[in-house]
Amino acid sequence: MLLTLSSEQEALRSTTARFLDDRVPVNVLRGLRDDPAGFDPQYWAKGAELGWLALLVSEANGGGSVSGRPISDLCLIAYEFGARAAPGPLAASNAIAIALDATNSDAHHAVLEQVVAGGVIAAWCYSEPPPNDRIGVIEFEIVADGNELVLNGTKRPVESASAAQQLLVTGRTGTGLTQVLVPADSPGITITPLESADLTRRFATVRFDNVRVSLDAAVGAVGEADAQVERQVLAAITIGNAEAVGAMQRAFDMTRSWVADRYSFGRPLESYQAIKHRFADLLSWLEGAHGIADAAALALDTDSPETAELVSAAKAFIGDRGGELMHECVHLHGGIGVTFEHDLHLYLRRVTVNRAMFGTPKQHQRRVGEIAAHRKDEEIRGGGPA
Amino acid sequence: MTDESVEAFRLRAREFIRANLKPLPRDESYSPLRNTRTTDEEELASVKRDREIQRMLFDAKLAGICFPTEYGGAGLTPAHQRAFNEEIAGYEYPSRFQAPTLSPCAGVLLDFGTEEQKQQHIPAILKGEELWMQFLSEPSGGSDVAGALTSAVREGDEWVLNGEKVWTTGAWFSDWGLCLARTNWDVPKHRGLTVFIFPIHQQGVTVSRIEMINGSQDFCQEFLDDLRVPDSDRIGEVDGGWTVGVRWMFHERMLMNSPLVTVPVGVGNRGALTSSIVDVAREVGRIDDPDAHDIIGEARTLELVKEKLQARIGEGMATGKMSDQAAAIGRLFGGTTGVRLYTLAFDLAGSTGVAWSDADGLARYCGEDFLMRQTGAIGGGTLEMARNVISERVLAMPREQALDRDVPFRDVPRGGAART
Ligand SMILES: Cc1cc2nc3c(=O)[nH]c(=O)nc-3n(C[C@H](O)[C@H](O)[C@H](O)COP(=O)(O)OP(=O)(O)OC[C@H]3O[C@@H](n4cnc5c(N)ncnc54)[C@H](O)[C@@H]3O)c2cc1C
Repeated sequence: MLLTLSSEQEALRSTTARFLDDRVPVNVLRGLRDDPAGFDPQYWAKGAELGWLALLVSEANGGGSVSGRPISDLCLIAYEFGARAAPGPLAASNAIAIALDATNSDAHHAVLEQVVAGGVIAAWCYSEPPPNDRIGVIEFEIVADGNELVLNGTKRPVESASAAQQLLVTGRTGTGLTQVLVPADSPGITITPLESADLTRRFATVRFDNVRVSLDAAVGAVGEADAQVERQVLAAITIGNAEAVGAMQRAFDMTRSWVADRYSFGRPLESYQAIKHRFADLLSWLEGAHGIADAAALALDTDSPETAELVSAAKAFIGDRGGELMHECVHLHGGIGVTFEHDLHLYLRRVTVNRAMFGTPKQHQRRVGEIAAHRKDEEIRGGGPA
Repeated sequence: MTDESVEAFRLRAREFIRANLKPLPRDESYSPLRNTRTTDEEELASVKRDREIQRMLFDAKLAGICFPTEYGGAGLTPAHQRAFNEEIAGYEYPSRFQAPTLSPCAGVLLDFGTEEQKQQHIPAILKGEELWMQFLSEPSGGSDVAGALTSAVREGDEWVLNGEKVWTTGAWFSDWGLCLARTNWDVPKHRGLTVFIFPIHQQGVTVSRIEMINGSQDFCQEFLDDLRVPDSDRIGEVDGGWTVGVRWMFHERMLMNSPLVTVPVGVGNRGALTSSIVDVAREVGRIDDPDAHDIIGEARTLELVKEKLQARIGEGMATGKMSDQAAAIGRLFGGTTGVRLYTLAFDLAGSTGVAWSDADGLARYCGEDFLMRQTGAIGGGTLEMARNVISERVLAMPREQALDRDVPFRDVPRGGAART
């Protein structure tokens, strides 16, 4: 999380933090374990009033950021989400909001308005089953047929699909990408819930069998949505990263107090150098995760040419070191760390789910490598001569 | 402070750099401990060039960017120094003047020197006339800096120093030393230390060179035999050396973030560079190899995180949200990253790193760099010391049990293992 917040940003952050403390404390989260949606619609609508879904939307469509840096603002909320393992499809809903905001269709804007208000849940059918669950791979077909578009194929995992009234589907038309907004109850759509590693986030497989929609359903130009989809993916990853950093911070803080209170051999655990040194390493990863997550958010906000590289670096680092940090925390708790009754796993789950979404750490690491390998010399060297 | 804007300064620096400094071919960027098979004559010629560049920068008012104007500095801000770091990237720069001369040494002089000491040395440093060394570590131990055995005994207006200092890089061609010595053996260790400065090449100082794993000969050991130092060359109070030492260590840990030194963007003295790693990949014909992309990606990711972490710590300390001790977090991450980057570069270079000819470009260094990999995790205080600082000073965990606290230093047990 940013170190220095404006007073408006601080208000945004603390309002959400208080709301989450009040509405979804851990006992509520635990109670939602078997809830089919994973959250109460009232909760989502109330959260929407705090700006959860409006920050990335233009003012014309009822949105607006508080600092002029919308992704950075949203990351403050995402961070608090992660720190409380809060329910709700924050990343995916905001990615959809960006897509709908970018069109000039009144019909889409009307849906957007409801999404921003939290009254309508929209799910993003983006990821595909293996082996296509890699960054940038979309093979789902959207075929143009006269005045209609025909959707065929399977998407998974789709977050909050069972709770959604609307689906944004990202597919391929020839060599380019197409996005379509369809009501979730359209004929030919089958939604099958999946089990989830997160306590409150729900995922499903969504099958499309000859689903026909009119051309108006396209969000943006048919076969030309590649750049738009990339923006959505980068935003979703960055929001997920901020969530993961929040969860990491929470686990770190919990473990820090635990080693002060827990004794062995007549001394607190925190007095052993082996443990102190591990904490030093964990803190260096944690602060590094804060730094790279915020830098990637800022890059998106300022349209930096380094955005893709920074977002992937953040995803690779937070995915990798985040997982290690969480498990060090589990380990330092000993036996209690691997129980359901202890709260640590709530945060471990959040980091774990985000790690696997939108590309694994290794895939993103390779992407960073491809970018660095093919960058022109002077860019690497910061403006000096080649 | 002068009121030159960062942008005006940047343009002035750019103009000067492009007109006066040579662009560096990639594999010539200075790496202090790399054995480049140069002769002493060649090394001395490079030192001379560093002195010349430092002087040119001084004359152009581009030296000591954050040093006060009354001592010959430019009196500007860390933002100006950062702009300079960006502009100088890819060009020759007086690398040997950065650490330890401008920081910690000049930093410590600024913090604790008398007016006369500052007037004598800071302008001379900024003009390229004085290269400094830090004489902290001793054969008996470096981590426990305050356990120094080098003694200083007062005789009238002079002090007589005896002892050994070790692991200094480049003392054989440097001018002055900043030295921690013991002036009182009857009090606990931190309370009996005093800091002195003296010219290295004089009666009473013998510098011998130590060969490193890779054959480099710049590492040195100094023997002090009845070295006489005037009391006017004492820094700080008698027996107040630890007060100086604490700031000294702080400057040391801050190095990569310090406004007192030039660190060209993309250059880190504690790690191979991703840009060099990319060059190695190109040289060995693996630039399109997905395995190579994995290696480069890991290196670049760590480098980016390190950069953003340093910026975060800098902001945290500047805004008072983090204590100065947080510099150790950057030190630790930089140290572990550096070690990893050398390994990654070596894996890319493959067999060329261990069996090479002069025709092999950067890949020819990767095996020896790997042999030397831990230097960055030891020099400047080991990573364990950084971990101690982070856990104890940042996270407020209990201090390590110390058997030498509250004991007269004379009675503190000492081990036998040391370089003989
Ligand atoms: C490249 C390079 C440049 C250097 N430049 C200089 C210089 O300019 N001036 C100078 O004075 N010195 C310099 N040094 C020396 C350096 O500061 C010391 O080597 C370092 O502080 C470690 O001291 P030591 O070598 O005596 O090892 P020791 O202190 O004996 O440590 C040996 C090992 O034990 C570990 N250890 C020691 N104490 C503890 C503890 N309490 N808890 C846990 N682990 C511990 C250390 O981390 C290390 O791994 C340089 C060293 C290098 C490699």
